[in-house]
Amino acid sequence: MIGLQHYLTISAMLFVLSIAGIVINRRNLIFMLMCIELMLLAVNFNFIAFSRYLGDDTGQVFVFFILTVAAAEAAIGLAILVVLFRNRRSINVQELNTLKG
Amino acid sequence: MRRTAKEIQMLFHAIVFYCFSALLIVASIGVIVSRNPVHAAMFLVLAFFQSAALWILAEAEFLGIVLVLVYVGAVMVLFLFVVMMLDINVEVVRKGLTRYAPMGIAVSLLMAIEMVQLIWWRSETGNAPMLFQPYPEGYSNTKSLGSVLYTEHVYAFEIAAVILLLAIVAAITLTMRKRPGLKVQNIAEQVAVRSEDRLRIVKMKSEKKL
Repeated sequence: MIGLQHYLTISAMLFVLSIAGIVINRRNLIFMLMCIELMLLAVNFNFIAFSRYLGDDTGQVFVFFILTVAAAEAAIGLAILVVLFRNRRSINVQELNTLKG
Repeated sequence: MRRTAKEIQMLFHAIVFYCFSALLIVASIGVIVSRNPVHAAMFLVLAFFQSAALWILAEAEFLGIVLVLVYVGAVMVLFLFVVMMLDINVEVVRKGLTRYAPMGIAVSLLMAIEMVQLIWWRSETGNAPMLFQPYPEGYSNTKSLGSVLYTEHVYAFEIAAVILLLAIVAAITLTMRKRPGLKVQNIAEQVAVRSEDRLRIVKMKSEKKL
């Protein structure tokens, strides 16, 4: 029988995989953005699992707002990415050291 | 031993859950190891789709559909659009893969083991799954979500709308640019022009025929 722990396990595996993705793809900004999207998805899994376990719909309303904010974050992040690429002709994270003292 | 209809339904539910979860994990591994950003975006679409299926399996139907519509329909198309527009050199970008890979995999493996252990060992019912609360007959997920979204959480809902507006304005102002040397019309200047600015009347004597 599938219950709360199964969903939490899937969410934990998704979260850990996306952390591994951020560490592995440390050179490419676009992969990092995708991994952040996966992380937010893992968080949403937790919210939905607990909302269903406790029988309280507020958790699902929270997921709704997280989806909104994640969409806004993706739009602005990709806009910054496009501007960055236009100015530097590269999205390599290692070359972004303008703010380094 | 004959199984009852209820047991068969439970078994089928479990099989479907494990299939979707396995595909979800495979897709997210594909996101983090694929070399081509377009392939990674496609794997991400697959991962979102499997998650939507899992949410629908947990009887959160509205959010499952929203995930497909908003993420697969809008955000991932935006991702693919940007990836294809940028035209990055794949080989140069992926050069640093092996250097950080062992550390990242070790750390994430450790975290995975810890989290799974805590989830299964610290639960109230031991190793038996803590079941979801069954919904009553004729329950509508969308209706109950809407009834709290527009009453209790209406301010948060309006703030979410403002955040989306902010995202539109920010994305447009960030990416808009004025190209130098572009020939455009200035309508205000064209309307405000007077004949004295353009036309000069020169008085001179008429010339005689030679």
